[in-house]
Amino acid sequence: MSAQQETGAPVGEVQAGDAPIIEIAGLSKHYGSVAAVDDVDLTIRRGEFFALLGPSGCGKTTLLRMLAGLELPTAGTVRIDGQDMSTVPANRRPVNMVFQSYAVFPHMSVRDNVAYGLKVDGVPRQEAYRRAEEALELVKLGGYGPRRPDQLSGGQRQRVALARALVKRPKVLLLDEPLSALDAKLREQMRFELVNLQESVGITFVVVTHDQDEALSMATRIAVMDHGRVQQTAPPAELYEFPRTKFVADFIGSVNLIEGTVEASADGIVRLSAPALQVPVEIEQATGLPAGSSGWLALRPEKVDISAEPPEDAGRNTVAGTVEEITYLGDVSIFHVRLTADQPLIKVTIANLDRVTRRPFTWGDRVHLSWAPTCGVVLSQ
Amino acid sequence: MATPIGPLDYSRRLWVRLTLLVVFVFLYAPIATLIAFSFNDSRRNIVWNGFTLKYYEKAMGNEGLIEAFANSLTIAVISTLVSIVLGALVAVLLWRFRFPAKAGYEGAMALPIVIPEICMGVAMLAFFSRIGWPSDMIWPFNLSAIIIAHVSFSFPFVAVVVRARLEGFNRELAEAAQDLGATEWQVFRDVMIPFLRPGLVAGGMLAFTLSLDDFVITFFTSGPNTVTFPVKVYSMVRFSVTPEVNAASTVLIVVTVVMTAAALWMQHRAGMKAEEAAG
Repeated sequence: MSAQQETGAPVGEVQAGDAPIIEIAGLSKHYGSVAAVDDVDLTIRRGEFFALLGPSGCGKTTLLRMLAGLELPTAGTVRIDGQDMSTVPANRRPVNMVFQSYAVFPHMSVRDNVAYGLKVDGVPRQEAYRRAEEALELVKLGGYGPRRPDQLSGGQRQRVALARALVKRPKVLLLDEPLSALDAKLREQMRFELVNLQESVGITFVVVTHDQDEALSMATRIAVMDHGRVQQTAPPAELYEFPRTKFVADFIGSVNLIEGTVEASADGIVRLSAPALQVPVEIEQATGLPAGSSGWLALRPEKVDISAEPPEDAGRNTVAGTVEEITYLGDVSIFHVRLTADQPLIKVTIANLDRVTRRPFTWGDRVHLSWAPTCGVVLSQ
Repeated sequence: MATPIGPLDYSRRLWVRLTLLVVFVFLYAPIATLIAFSFNDSRRNIVWNGFTLKYYEKAMGNEGLIEAFANSLTIAVISTLVSIVLGALVAVLLWRFRFPAKAGYEGAMALPIVIPEICMGVAMLAFFSRIGWPSDMIWPFNLSAIIIAHVSFSFPFVAVVVRARLEGFNRELAEAAQDLGATEWQVFRDVMIPFLRPGLVAGGMLAFTLSLDDFVITFFTSGPNTVTFPVKVYSMVRFSVTPEVNAASTVLIVVTVVMTAAALWMQHRAGMKAEEAAG
């Protein structure tokens, strides 16, 4: 089984009808000796909801600002809809941006805010106001035109910023941490609204976020960035199930990273022995690793089964250990199991399906952990 | 029953009250007296003889005084407008760009605020006489030397006020305008200027009042035919302090106080708006 089959999505190739809208080649941005963005190649397809995901300072915002023309690259090129943007200033690019602070002009009414981009383009006032009202209706702010920005809530101001950017019918809409300033409930609601909005207007969205839930739930594809480099670009499920690097595995969701040595790699099976595990484990994966090289087993805690007796299925990877910590989180409990002395604990997440007052296992219990060869992935870097 | 005086209850301590009283007496008693005696029906400013407005009438009829007042207003208006433009440009320059010796330039710009006025006055006098600046031009060009001098000491005040306001400027506002298609000039006109307006008004008010009642520097730069209001009052006082001087001074106080109050109010309103926007 390969990564492609698992998610049904193509990897690294553009299908018919998926024409690229943004092509980034060798793009770098240096501040003095620091590379904020380091030799990035990326293709974003027409109509995609694309997310740039990474920890703060990974260069994702700088990359977005280079797409908008607000930063000039040190090296490399950006092409939007086939056109080289190197000499095109920010105010002439066919992209519009929703800023992190929304940047709604405080001295203008909502209507004037939304119509501003049309007015500077020379659209007549009547026409500009008519289109502004349409855009406001699109973001469910119909009739808010005469209001002042200081009469709006944070969520409404964001909608104004969205309408203001969409009214110019850009080829790409850039969103810089669009949900970070909203409270938790509103954030969840806006995720759906952004996805619905993107589907209804059909414009390519590129969103920058540090929140993996946001990226996983909204985006059709995600580029994970770290230290100015793109670590992996893939659809959400592929990113979660088949991370290519330790960083991606660790950044997206929770993971057990177990260091070991590759014993053998053949026929789509990688055999890994690790000091933390009593027996070698076998993992099914398409990309083989040279025998004898060091590798990391990335194992999601929810994919591990915990039981008092060893499982009957001999095909499963099985190890034994002792429950050392239990974290109760309401919907799930996390069991931290010690397999071998002086080695990291293994996290196992168990859904609390019953309203239990008695846990199936308690501190000090002897347990068996097992997982199918299709769970987990062995990483070389 | 008297509660004990708390540690921060300064207003209930006797020595604080006494200090306050003395300060207020020395601050405001002279001004109050000046204003009161402008209505005094007497040639001398010593004994209260009854209420009259005749010294206001007399001041109004004093052509020299009226001309001086007109000169002062003209100088104040022109130097204020020039100071606003110059001060705003300097503030934006210091905020927007990076260039060598920026910190030094920023310090040097504030120099006219701290330099003793008398030194500025002497320097201006020496400067204008050295380059031979003509003093016998027709009105209002005969005021040019004074206007230039006033601009040189009042534009830093505008720059300082505007610079302070720029610190609170969200650069994303300018970038948003640019992203929406605005040119550099349109960004400045449509986003920067409206944001800076309270600062420009407050700085302008400051420049206006500074110019209107400046005596020292004006005294050194004014020619025989370019008397301003403060200089005229000074020359009147040299003969005797008549209620007419009091009346003229009262008018100047009222004008200055009104301008200052307006400036403070503008700033206060801008502060309230900024708070609302932040909240």
